[in-house]
Amino acid sequence: MSLTLFAVLLPFVAAIFIPLLYKWLRSVHTGWFVFVIPLVLFGYFLTFIPDVMNGNYYYHSISWVPTLGMDFSVFIDGWGLLFALLITGIGFLVVLYSIYYLDKKREALHNFYVYLLLFMGAMLGVVLSDNILVLYVFWEITSLSSMLLISYWYKREASIEGAQKSTLITVFGGFTMLGGIALLSIITGTLSIQEMIAQADTAVNHPYFLAAMILILVGAFTKSAQFPFHIWLPDAMEAPTPVSAYLHSATMVKAGIYLVARFTPFFGGTAEWFWILSSFGLITLLYGSLSAVRQKDLKSILAFSTISQLGMIMSLLGIGSAALYFDVPNEIYTGAVLAAVFHLFNHATFKGSLFMAAGIVDHETGTRDIRKLGGLMTIMPATFTISVIGAASMAGLPPFNGFLSKEKFFMALTDVTEYSIFSIESAAIWFPIVGWIASIFTFLYCAIFVFRTFGGKFKPDNFSKHVHEAPIGMLISPIILVTIVVIVGIFPNIISPVLLEPAIASIMQGVPQDHPAFNVDIYHWHGWELELFMTIAVVVLGSLLYATMRKWENFSIYQRERDPVNGLYDYGLKGLVSSSKGVTKLQMTGRLKDYLSFISVFLILLVMYTMFKFDAFGLNLAGMSEITVYEAILVLFFIVSVLAIPFIQQRVAAVAVLGFVGFYIALFFVIFRAPDVAMTQLLVETVVVILFMLAFYHLPGLRKEKDKPTFAFPRVMISVAVGITVTAVALGANAYQQGHDLIPISNYQVENSADLAGGYNVVNVVLVDYRGLDTVLELLVLGIAALAVVTLVKLRMKEGEDL
Amino acid sequence: MELLMSISIGVLFMVGTYLLLSKSIIRVVMGLLLLSHGAHLLLLTMAGLKQGMPALVDRYDQAFTDPLPQALILTAIVISFGMTSFSLAIAYRTYKFHKTDNLDELRGSNDD
Repeated sequence: MSLTLFAVLLPFVAAIFIPLLYKWLRSVHTGWFVFVIPLVLFGYFLTFIPDVMNGNYYYHSISWVPTLGMDFSVFIDGWGLLFALLITGIGFLVVLYSIYYLDKKREALHNFYVYLLLFMGAMLGVVLSDNILVLYVFWEITSLSSMLLISYWYKREASIEGAQKSTLITVFGGFTMLGGIALLSIITGTLSIQEMIAQADTAVNHPYFLAAMILILVGAFTKSAQFPFHIWLPDAMEAPTPVSAYLHSATMVKAGIYLVARFTPFFGGTAEWFWILSSFGLITLLYGSLSAVRQKDLKSILAFSTISQLGMIMSLLGIGSAALYFDVPNEIYTGAVLAAVFHLFNHATFKGSLFMAAGIVDHETGTRDIRKLGGLMTIMPATFTISVIGAASMAGLPPFNGFLSKEKFFMALTDVTEYSIFSIESAAIWFPIVGWIASIFTFLYCAIFVFRTFGGKFKPDNFSKHVHEAPIGMLISPIILVTIVVIVGIFPNIISPVLLEPAIASIMQGVPQDHPAFNVDIYHWHGWELELFMTIAVVVLGSLLYATMRKWENFSIYQRERDPVNGLYDYGLKGLVSSSKGVTKLQMTGRLKDYLSFISVFLILLVMYTMFKFDAFGLNLAGMSEITVYEAILVLFFIVSVLAIPFIQQRVAAVAVLGFVGFYIALFFVIFRAPDVAMTQLLVETVVVILFMLAFYHLPGLRKEKDKPTFAFPRVMISVAVGITVTAVALGANAYQQGHDLIPISNYQVENSADLAGGYNVVNVVLVDYRGLDTVLELLVLGIAALAVVTLVKLRMKEGEDL
Repeated sequence: MELLMSISIGVLFMVGTYLLLSKSIIRVVMGLLLLSHGAHLLLLTMAGLKQGMPALVDRYDQAFTDPLPQALILTAIVISFGMTSFSLAIAYRTYKFHKTDNLDELRGSNDD
């Protein structure tokens, strides 16, 4: 097993030992042990950079389930490596932060870190697997660990509801995606993503192509919280803040982005892919930023802002995919991909620091409500600085990295009409307008986030505890992140050859590396271009809106902060629960006769359908053995006595007739040359009659039965139908046997019983020798039945004890 | 003969099912017993009846009936005996505990 495969599995292995470490070394915060793992992995993945920079990739595969074509294969290229570094890099910062955020005495740390490591391993698996089925498995593990982390404080009702909502939506999406994966493997005949991409040219014309695309996109959109699936993300904020910073802003919600970019070489270049991604992305961008303004909770603001930013990256990937329409990708559309990759990186840095700052505010003041907060600037200067830098970057202000990617975003939107493909002209004017309006509101909520928390007057009465700056340990991680924000903002080109170019190269596959589109050179000053004016207008209008906030903050649209899409979800969930209750009530009646009716009817339908389908009905009178008069009379009496049983009301008479029937059957066995069976039947029937007599002694008498009129007729019908079905099966089997020259498998037993087993009665030899184990187990069954009978008859409960 | 037996088996299954759908526990047990009778005869009938002698290889020198269904039936008789006695014990215990043998009255409450 190679080191790289082990690197993916390391978090899972480590997760096994966390509870033990927690138990044995209580005095040390468990986070310190966990901290080592992402740090080591981060260092390990850094060593791949030189190779990946030169356009190489790493591939290693071991066979897992060869019959299903499921190989555990690790594939590291620029795009996967960027994610691996984000996962491990943000990972160790978050773990460090959590050590100070979660109290080691009060919190169930072993649960928390096991879930977190589970997530880390699964997420690495998603971004490094080449086999799409393995990717799917890891994908679902990320949903599962996200659910566990959201419900970490499981005693809060909101946590449980948030976890349920996120699970229902993301697992629904994952399951839909599985359908898309199945279609993809039908189209291409392989489960390897890279092999699929190699067939992209021919796959476009396949009839399943569009269906596969839509199904995969539903998976990606649910995971990356695109409208209208975004509603789970704000509710996921019930998780501890380190989790929100890690899963719900930096990594897991970007899995959808990852998948979309990964499949861009396959689906990209088609009009559907372009339009679906760019329109859903832009709608999400606008909707997220408008909703974020309405939020009063710091983390909710950040959640909707994450939704909005994810929409922005998604729309950029959509626009960028147009590059693959051309034989040689042009710089305009690859510029959009660059903006997407760059913003993905920037978002992880500034949103991570903002979440941590919000967590610090929550931790030190006890509230995240912006209506209560205010005036923290002087009390928490470090947190204030972190927030200002993070928010300025998010709002797209120079000189931070958010400004650079925001400019690229505007550029991509305004340049979209450069080529008239996919009938872009019809709607393209909306692209920059929507993006620009959304940016105004982005600026607005950034202003609200910073100034409502840190500006204004400090009101000590609003807080239940003494407010002070956070301990230094809690500040380290966000400070590291904002440092990256600033450095990348000022010297963006230090990351472009290292991270951005290789990532773009793997999204824009099949394009020569020396193509100018890959020479990423990011700089601040573009001259007096349209993008710059757009940014200036955003700042001016955004500031104006914030300045007039007192006027519009009493509008009811601002007061109502709950997302209206939630209503749809609530309605659907209620309907699901009540209809499944209805179905259960319909079948789980608690009456034995109903259950047995269901079973009988199903049996009749199944057997009869099969008989019809394979034309198995048959009657072959010629091949049957002859009937003597004695036998005919015997059968007649037998049938009459069986038919009489339901009508008998006296207990003794009933048992007597039942006994008759049993002894008749013994007679039949004699006639049919089965002496051993006849003997057994006689003995057993005798005991059964005695048992029935014993039971009757304790039970009440048989009453005349009165069924409800609605059941009386169906009861007869079901019984008759069962009888007819069985007769038809018996006759059909007999006719088939007559028509075909079948050789019984017992010939071997008859021929060899004397020589091999030393017995002359073949029936006995079969029982004790050929099928000896079967007979032993039969004795076991009988023994268990005997024990059960004794227990039921003898055992008594103690006073007041229930059955 | 196979035709007559097939009809008899059908009757056994019919009456057995009818009793199974009854309200009284003891009738349900009786139905179970009849159903297992039917199953035993069905095993035998499907293999063909009265063909050859009992499979005692030292006695006869001609064709034998198929011994395998008989062995299966032997096992089945014993198992169905165990099942019948267990059902009777349950019927007995249920009546002792709940003072009724009416299955409709033994329903759980609607809430659970």
